[in-house]
Amino acid sequence: MTQPVSNCPNCGAKIVFQWSSSVQTVCQYCKSILVRTDVDLKRVGQVADLPPDSSPIQLNTEGIYRNKAFVVGGRILYEYDQGGWNEWHITMNDGTSAWLSDAQNEFAVSFASNTNGLPPADQVQVGQQYTWNNQNYTVSVITPAHYRGVEGELPFQYWDKTDVTFADLRSQIGKFATLDYSDEQPALYLGEFVEFDDLKLKNLRSFEGW
Amino acid sequence: MSAGTPPLSNPPKPQAKALNCPQCGAAITLRALGHAETVVCESCHSILDAKDPNLQILQTFKAITGEDPPLIPLGTRGKLRGTDYEVIGFQRRSITVEGIRYSWHEYVLFNPYKAIRYLTEYNGHWNDISVCKELPDVQFASANYLGEVYKHFQSSDATTYYVLGEFPWQVRVGEHAAVTEYVKPPRVLSAEKTGNEVTWSLGEYTYGADIWKSFNLPGNAPEAIGVYENQPSPVSENVKGIWSAFLAFAILLLVFMAGFDLISNKGTVFESSYRLNSGEPRGEASFVTDVFNVEGRTSNVEVTTSADVSNSWIYLNYALINQDTGQAWDFGREVSYYYGSDSDGSWSEGSTKDSVVIPSIPAGHYYLRIEPEVDAVHAPISYSVQVKRDVPVLGFFGIAFLALLIPAIAITWRSISFERARWSESDHPPMQIGNTE
Repeated sequence: MTQPVSNCPNCGAKIVFQWSSSVQTVCQYCKSILVRTDVDLKRVGQVADLPPDSSPIQLNTEGIYRNKAFVVGGRILYEYDQGGWNEWHITMNDGTSAWLSDAQNEFAVSFASNTNGLPPADQVQVGQQYTWNNQNYTVSVITPAHYRGVEGELPFQYWDKTDVTFADLRSQIGKFATLDYSDEQPALYLGEFVEFDDLKLKNLRSFEGW
Repeated sequence: MSAGTPPLSNPPKPQAKALNCPQCGAAITLRALGHAETVVCESCHSILDAKDPNLQILQTFKAITGEDPPLIPLGTRGKLRGTDYEVIGFQRRSITVEGIRYSWHEYVLFNPYKAIRYLTEYNGHWNDISVCKELPDVQFASANYLGEVYKHFQSSDATTYYVLGEFPWQVRVGEHAAVTEYVKPPRVLSAEKTGNEVTWSLGEYTYGADIWKSFNLPGNAPEAIGVYENQPSPVSENVKGIWSAFLAFAILLLVFMAGFDLISNKGTVFESSYRLNSGEPRGEASFVTDVFNVEGRTSNVEVTTSADVSNSWIYLNYALINQDTGQAWDFGREVSYYYGSDSDGSWSEGSTKDSVVIPSIPAGHYYLRIEPEVDAVHAPISYSVQVKRDVPVLGFFGIAFLALLIPAIAITWRSISFERARWSESDHPPMQIGNTE
């Protein structure tokens, strides 16, 4: 296993990329946001203290999805008016990149979709129906959210965000879709809801008294 | 963990934090480990921002402390479907239907690894509720969910009027939600609409006794009153079963009947005709018949009396006597037939024929002693007596059939009554029977 190794340009701590395709990571010592360039690591920002965490998932949590083992490498943390949620970036044992979202312990696994012709943010409305990959989805909620921070490795640069909008879509068979309007070009993630027990998660956080 | 994984310092373990209410200073316990958005002070009913270190006051409401308290106290832990849950929040909500206010309890259940669950309680009826991940397909008066059809039960406007403890969402007293419920006992599918957002949840009817056991509560669960929307019918499961059983037994009976019919020889062993002229009988009227043979296994004989009575009667005292043993079976039969017409039209009563089955007659040589009785004045009457050996007794089968039919009908009726009671509380009440309001 080849793991690119370098040092944090800010504090000099050893930075190990577990996943070769990672573009960004956060130094776990000084919380500098580091972006990979062709030659070295560039410090682009600093993560403010993250709010007290309630997710049972943490970096290096391992699990199984559709018979493939995965490991959690990083996350983006969002807040909205009814709470917060985490988008954990997971890497499958075949190298595939996916997201394990945890919204108040409701879990879903999704994959980036390269579908074109996505509706712009100002045209999406609750109740609208879309069909992607022969699956019908209905817009169930549009969430104006606030980017709260990042942790660990991510497959793209993601650090200078503020207010972001998401549209969640559901289906009749447990599939779900998210339209992510945090960049100029909307991004689509397709996935499904998963049961906590089915993920067979290991290396979870422990909670006192539980 | 692979060898290359850097050691991570574990984040501090969260604990139930002890805080104080900024309004009244009472201790506030946070149990949901960062999941709570709002927490309600138990003493002064201030709704506080659980995410704010200073617990900023979001709303206060008036309520009588200790009035209609949660049946499961906050902080109680129990096991539901194999997972431990702690009661962290409690709210009372109500709907008003035709001027009547119905209120129920809702409990928020927390486990740090699992999604929030809810328990609701109304008049001793409990539901174990979780949020749906799939989107139900709503038709006109039903909703399809995971391949099952739920029938529309009620649409109402639910108001939150009392809150206690923690909620993983922004809870407020006075908040409204448009609630639409669809039932397929023992489950209920509900859509709660607030603003633009619709949340679907699935509840499963749970017995109070099971809740008491799950949460190890003292005493007994309050008794359930009435029939609840998704309460499983205690009999509906049996209705199909009883009719299947009925069908099976009916077929069995038919087979038996056919069998008995086959093995019965139904042979006429004696037949004779007699006549009573006007003025007869005079004095001692009894006489005996010729001896006839009754054969085969011990079985019944059928004695049939036919008489040409017409607005008259004849009564026959019979004795069936075994010539070999002297054993006698005494019985009396009446043949009467009356008819006429009145203002309602023509009528008739009785019959010119009578049959009786005498059971358990062993084989042997028999004769009948017959003593006719008639009116003192009568027209001539001709009558005949026929004795048949080993006739199938269908009446017995009829009784068995009825014995099977009655419980089937009773259970069906109970099931129908239960469903009527269920649906009488819905938006689609069944038509009233025998009750014109």
